[in-house]
Amino acid sequence: MQPMTTAKPRPRIDALSRGFWDHVREHRLSVQRCDACEHLHFPGSPVCPRCLSEEQSWKPVSGRGVLLSWVRFHRAYWEGFRGDLPYLVGLVGLDEGPMLMTNIVGTPAEELSVGMRVEVFFEKVDEELTLPKFRVCG
Amino acid sequence: MTDFRKLKDRVAIVGVGNTAYGNFPDIDDYGLGARAFRNAIEDCGLDKSKIDGLLTCRIPYYARMGEILGLNPRWTVQLPPHGRMSGMAIIEAAAALEAGLCDYAALIYANIGRSRRVNYGGDESPGVWDPWGFTSPGAAHALMFQRHRALYGTTTRQLAEVSVAFRYHACLNPDAVMKQPITIDDHEAARFITEPLRLLDYCLINDGAVCIIMTTRERARDLRKRPVLISGIGAREAYSTASIPNFDLNFWYDEMRDVAAQAYGMAGVGPSDIDALMCYDNFSPTVLFSLEGLGFCEQGEAGSFVEGGTLKLGGRLPTNTDGGHLSNSYMQGWALNIEAVRQIRGECGARQVKDAEVVQYCGATPCSRSIIYTPG
Repeated sequence: MQPMTTAKPRPRIDALSRGFWDHVREHRLSVQRCDACEHLHFPGSPVCPRCLSEEQSWKPVSGRGVLLSWVRFHRAYWEGFRGDLPYLVGLVGLDEGPMLMTNIVGTPAEELSVGMRVEVFFEKVDEELTLPKFRVCG
Repeated sequence: MTDFRKLKDRVAIVGVGNTAYGNFPDIDDYGLGARAFRNAIEDCGLDKSKIDGLLTCRIPYYARMGEILGLNPRWTVQLPPHGRMSGMAIIEAAAALEAGLCDYAALIYANIGRSRRVNYGGDESPGVWDPWGFTSPGAAHALMFQRHRALYGTTTRQLAEVSVAFRYHACLNPDAVMKQPITIDDHEAARFITEPLRLLDYCLINDGAVCIIMTTRERARDLRKRPVLISGIGAREAYSTASIPNFDLNFWYDEMRDVAAQAYGMAGVGPSDIDALMCYDNFSPTVLFSLEGLGFCEQGEAGSFVEGGTLKLGGRLPTNTDGGHLSNSYMQGWALNIEAVRQIRGECGARQVKDAEVVQYCGATPCSRSIIYTPG
């Protein structure tokens, strides 16, 4: 198969991450929770980083958090992002603890500040893929 | 040995060598590594048949390197092509030499990233955040600097001081890739790559190789040049957010505090004793984070600390006197360690720090390390 040079990279969905992406399709953001000790973490891990249990589930979270930092890309590392330049990626600290990287949409970089409240929304990319992104809380 | 501090002054760097730095499509990693090895052997005057330890980094296959150099050592280590490995490598070799696992170790690093057009991002290094377009070590440092700016008011003009000082040094270094002086205004006018970081906040990508020969203090006495002793070492990893590569929410501050306490405590020196600092500078913000973690200034104050040429030769803390990764060569910490050796030997010509006796290497990374070098 010829690589589609204009496509954006897609998530690698495997046994470990499938639960997360299944929830995203249902418009639910989730992090991995250890069934044994209730530790929350993201991305998924084959064992709980605290107690090493393999019994883990994907637990829906509030989808709210704070903006910890952000970066605006002026270089396209993938052709598929060239049309989006410059685009914003933010680091979000979820209220439940884990951090994740995401796109911050709807607010120009100049108006962002560290500590701002942000919330998730879901953007449908195509039939197979939906991405969780964040916007500043209204 | 039950305490790492007993390694103090037990092991020396006795030979250093490097290749030219640039774009060399007609030679591979092994060829560059062999040139650096030959130069390091020449530097210390050791018969190469005495080499019985081999450490390779960013070289595809250690055994092929051994075949090329005619070495059959009794100690071999191969490390991955990550920037954080140079300090780790030197510390591992020191421990192996002290334990008697080898008597003379050759540490060889080579990089062909320029001629082979390595990008350090995108499909070359797939990651969990790719669908959102987040990739590359530079972007991780941009995230950290943006946060440092927000928390402490650090400015990009202060950040520029790092790039300007190192370029100044590169202009004094015949080996350096970058030879045009730059100003703070040049930094501010450079194009963004991952905003707030600009082109001049980024390290170079170039080909080249470095070799370091190490042995015990006793054996070092018989060689050509004055040995440079490893007087202090410090180490601490930060793996708990490794899924965001090259990133730490608190700028590796706690880890570098720990590294500093170990290294300074072992060497019996403190920040005010450091004659020159060789600071891992894949991106300019790392230097600010390192200065804070090592205790040259308080956390959040590195921006004002570096203002007015602090890091320049003749300034309060001459740093990366070879030009660093930003302007000399992207040898991922290896060239900084040989610069430390050359400063102590007094071999640095126009960029020599007068009476340099205590020279410190540091790298603030997920594997933070520091080494304090003194004359043997």
